[in-house]
Amino acid sequence: MAQHEITLKINGAEKSASVESRLLLVHFLRETLAMTGTHIGCDTTHCGACTVLMDGEPVKSCTVLAVQADGHDVTTVEGLEQGGKLNPIQNGFWQEHGLQCGYCTPGMLMTTSALLERNPDPSEGEIREAISGNLCRCTGYVNIVKSVQHAAAALRQPSPEA
Amino acid sequence: MIPASFDYHSPRTLEEAIGLLQSHPDDAKVLSGGQSLLPLLKLRLGSVGHLVDIGRIPDLAYLREEGGFLLIGGCTRESALERSELIRTKYPLLADTAAVIADPLVRNMATVGGNLAHGDPANDHPATMLALRAEIVATGPGGRRVIAIDDFFAGLFATALAPGDILTEIRIPVPPPGSGGAYKKLERKVGDFATAASAVQLTLGPDGAVAKAGIALTNAGPVPVRATDAETYLIGKAPSDATIAEAARLAGAAATPSADRRGAVEYKQEMARILTGRALRRAVERAKGN
Amino acid sequence: MESTTTPKTSAAICGMGHSMKRKEDPRFIRGQGNYVDDVKLPGMLHMAIVRSPFAHAKILAIHTEKAMEVPGVLAVITGETLKQYNLHWMPTLMSDTQMVLPVEKVMYQAQEVAAVIATDRYAAADGVDAVEVEYDPLPVVIDPKKALLPDAPVLRTDKTGKTDNLIWHWQTGDAAATDKAFAEADVTVSQDIYIPRIHVASIETCGCVADFNPAMGHLTVHMTTQAPHAIRTVFALVAGHVGLSEEKIRIISPDIGGGFGGKVPVYPGYVIAVAASVVIGKPVKWIENRMENLQADSFARDYHMSVDLAAKKDGTMTALRIKTLADHGYADAAANPSKYPAGMFSICTGSYDIKTAFTEMDAAYTNKPPGGVAYRCSFRVTEAAHAIERITDVLAQELKMDPAEIRFKNFIGVDKFPYKSALGWEYDSGNYAAALTKAMDIIGYADLRREQAEKRSRGELMGIGICSFTEIVGAGPSKDFDILGIKMFDSAEIRVHPTGKAITRLGTKSQGQGHETTYAQIVAEELGIPAAHVQVEEGDTDTAPYGLGTYASRSTPVSGAACAMAARKIRDKAKKIAAHLLEVSEEDLDWEPGKFSVKGAPQKSKTIQECAFAAYTNSTPGLEPGLEAISYYDPPNLTFPFGSYICVVDIDRGTGMVKIRRFVAIDDCGNIINPMIVEGQIHGGLTMGMAPALLEEISYDENGNISGGSFMDYLVPTSMETPAWETGKTTTPSPHHPLGAKGVGESATVGAPPAIVNAVVDALAHLGVKHIEIPITPEKVWNLLREAGVAE
Repeated sequence: MAQHEITLKINGAEKSASVESRLLLVHFLRETLAMTGTHIGCDTTHCGACTVLMDGEPVKSCTVLAVQADGHDVTTVEGLEQGGKLNPIQNGFWQEHGLQCGYCTPGMLMTTSALLERNPDPSEGEIREAISGNLCRCTGYVNIVKSVQHAAAALRQPSPEA
Repeated sequence: MIPASFDYHSPRTLEEAIGLLQSHPDDAKVLSGGQSLLPLLKLRLGSVGHLVDIGRIPDLAYLREEGGFLLIGGCTRESALERSELIRTKYPLLADTAAVIADPLVRNMATVGGNLAHGDPANDHPATMLALRAEIVATGPGGRRVIAIDDFFAGLFATALAPGDILTEIRIPVPPPGSGGAYKKLERKVGDFATAASAVQLTLGPDGAVAKAGIALTNAGPVPVRATDAETYLIGKAPSDATIAEAARLAGAAATPSADRRGAVEYKQEMARILTGRALRRAVERAKGN
Repeated sequence: MESTTTPKTSAAICGMGHSMKRKEDPRFIRGQGNYVDDVKLPGMLHMAIVRSPFAHAKILAIHTEKAMEVPGVLAVITGETLKQYNLHWMPTLMSDTQMVLPVEKVMYQAQEVAAVIATDRYAAADGVDAVEVEYDPLPVVIDPKKALLPDAPVLRTDKTGKTDNLIWHWQTGDAAATDKAFAEADVTVSQDIYIPRIHVASIETCGCVADFNPAMGHLTVHMTTQAPHAIRTVFALVAGHVGLSEEKIRIISPDIGGGFGGKVPVYPGYVIAVAASVVIGKPVKWIENRMENLQADSFARDYHMSVDLAAKKDGTMTALRIKTLADHGYADAAANPSKYPAGMFSICTGSYDIKTAFTEMDAAYTNKPPGGVAYRCSFRVTEAAHAIERITDVLAQELKMDPAEIRFKNFIGVDKFPYKSALGWEYDSGNYAAALTKAMDIIGYADLRREQAEKRSRGELMGIGICSFTEIVGAGPSKDFDILGIKMFDSAEIRVHPTGKAITRLGTKSQGQGHETTYAQIVAEELGIPAAHVQVEEGDTDTAPYGLGTYASRSTPVSGAACAMAARKIRDKAKKIAAHLLEVSEEDLDWEPGKFSVKGAPQKSKTIQECAFAAYTNSTPGLEPGLEAISYYDPPNLTFPFGSYICVVDIDRGTGMVKIRRFVAIDDCGNIINPMIVEGQIHGGLTMGMAPALLEEISYDENGNISGGSFMDYLVPTSMETPAWETGKTTTPSPHHPLGAKGVGESATVGAPPAIVNAVVDALAHLGVKHIEIPITPEKVWNLLREAGVAE
């Protein structure tokens, strides 16, 4: 069939829609759901600006079909803050100047989110490796590494301050 | 950026999936991780009428040892290989390979089966599976059959998989004691295909001489290249600077790469030699550690 | 002008020198940025472009019937459509002309040929696939040298009377004196250097939403542009004849995902979208994809240089001569000030006191995309710096002198500023020796040389490369600088509200440089209003004062100055208000940030907030109510930031792979507004400098087929290829800038490539290697190792 009913969780809330088979997950998010925090930066699955979490794992949403995501849990940048409060990763990027134009930032935040879930105390090398699928043209990555380290330290505190 | 229209199917059983492939001969493709197929469709470089997504068929993703083999389900994600303690300790060649496929995000979707079934000699698993003397299990209309890895790669983007087949499992013989392996890849940057890469799997006998050798090259021809001369040369020889250098030379001579932006033919052949030498040294280190 | 390395204001006020956390970040870290592709308007249509596979071909026919049958496709626009409105050609920023859509022939691969308008982007993509174009290929001209041969096919047949492919010839300096100096020199060295074509490749591509309201005759364009006012004026001039009038054109530049110069030109896609919207009467969105961006948008660089340096045998440089062939593609769409077709290339004498120089340049048409854009290069300073920094090392190698030593010997002395260069620039200030000394101390230069000697004896390859560049930014003084005739002043308008908060609007446009923070800090510095209370806006031509936009590192030098001047006007008025409130005369008042107090009786004071309130609630005789000011700043000169970079590389003898072990960058941009932001600019610029040195390149085969037209082959560095940059600074204020500040956004892209190339050549110099062309691929290095017999 060329049109499908899909239901998936987006940031914890169930969303249903009728979509074309070929609709890319990133367009489903940006156009169908009008959630424009996830960005598009290339057409060959290189840049990672479109990174979201699918079942907790960072994936490039430009190379996933919306129909593939049917029944799965998707987390986007819009889902990071809790009750209007920034999460420590968002705050880490703010404190350490880990963004300039902001365009790659949602992707970086989602990749970082998954990294710190799996590895709460990553080395610089591990951080660079984890974000190696996310391109940034502005920061030269140095402050992104610092932002992730800042977030990791904050998350390791018993009661993290934002 | 936007694919042409196609029909999408999400079967829940292998039988259903095979049936769908058979109903649309010449016009249906298996969708596994999608990280090779979707980029092609997005650039409209290939078109397909029907995508058959095997991602919802249960029990196609697993990693376990059984009956003298490491069994990898065809839908096992690359990231699962990367994170597996079993792979890291006992199958270092596979661990090395998984860590350099594309980038970490792609590896969360890409599957081992997909990487092989795509038939692209520039992908990393083909050479690794040659070196490991793997077997491919295809499940199709005629049931389950096992294909020796040496028979699997037929040509550029062509494998021994028949139209209704699904690559459901990869079987790798459990390496005997005294085994080690390594994958060395030269890439222009993370995420690029290999300029050259060499997969080595060795077993050293109790006398320290090479008892088994698997050496194969990525992106060195229209199919992954098994460096048979290099393998044969090493059997019965103790690994030394001289024997490693000669095996590497033979491996380089087996490479038939094409020239592109990554390098001229001669450069790529020389890199096949250099990387094989380095992979051999690392494999020997690991073998001695076992 | 004093150096302000210690902030004069408290952290609460947060003026210059504070690393204030950015005010723009909260929306970006929430994914609430508003980029052009986020703009959705009711009834909005989508546009996608059909592009030529040929580099040079006649268009025989364009068949649109199948496209029109695709569900959702509403229209297909071709050159014939636009010709009816005389919009099929448009002027470039350098007063050349380029096609919007072709009628007769295409001139480069990926050129726009037709545009499909549809109800959604998927239908538009299907429409593009369904348009059929018949081409008759023509001979292709790719090599600019061949383009200038007498028998070359003439490309711009649209220009009546044009019989060749020469766009212009430009020269400056004293040719005779230079030739004489060369003839008399103890030693001369020469080097041919090619700087290949590269691309900005910001993560957000270009695009717009063109929204024409037929009832009001009003056009709004949401657009990825670094220069919204200039665009508005250009649209009014170009499309005035179809009824677009400047007061009814509004350009809104929202959040921009990286500009770097690539979002300055007017691309055909914008004009087609505007035309489509005017004709259809609905909003039309056009967002290019990455391959279109790389293949069709204005490129950067593409200079073939022949560099000669004359010197005394003790290493004193006496004369410089550079001859360049510039490949501009099929139209000179460069974004240079109009008197400077080669941008600021004449800064090529660099940091050295070279008394005699001459440079000339020929620009050629070829079958490639038009350009070049000022890609984080300050108008060709990357090319100029590469030339002088490479030839300096070539000279050092020839004379067997240490590259640091030869630089110290030739630096313009600290006491020589303002310094008039041989090619006519007046450098405002500089202290080159201090920057180089600091870089050498931090990196441990002497130890590295010892290590290199020791490694060489064991056959290991390690190199140390230096680059001591001088930049020239802040275009520019009205007597010399204009773009399409519009002078390159810039502006700032500040309004203080009754409760003492403020808003400032400027004619520049940030694409990530942190203007919402830095301009607020300037206001805080000058008025003592906390930066947190200063709202900064840019990019809406209906509200922002006229400016020339942000590129070529001009914001701080020009708009930053305007901001300070406007703030001082406000302070002058506030002083009068304070004097009135305190019943003293103005001469009796002292000022500290945020407060006027009576001399000798400091307890009698009025804060700036109290003055602001009084401006609306109290009448000061002789003054209008309100508290605001605007300044249009015409800079008296450019500013000359500089730096010394040192790069250490190790080379793998087996693969030729170059690894940057360490990179120390010492930058001097005068007084710094926000050190954190400046450091971030340097990190990003270094990465964008490393990229063409080692990875990035766009090239064409002899049929004009592009290589490097997608991220598969256009190799943007990831976190793994990028080293952990080390940065530091010296501070040499600009004497003429109100804040003593200079620009800085592009210094690192200018300084990094020569440092890296010099390091690689240094690693191989003992093998007889004198030069290597960028990008330095492992294969290029390996070929040199092979020739030298030292490959593994």
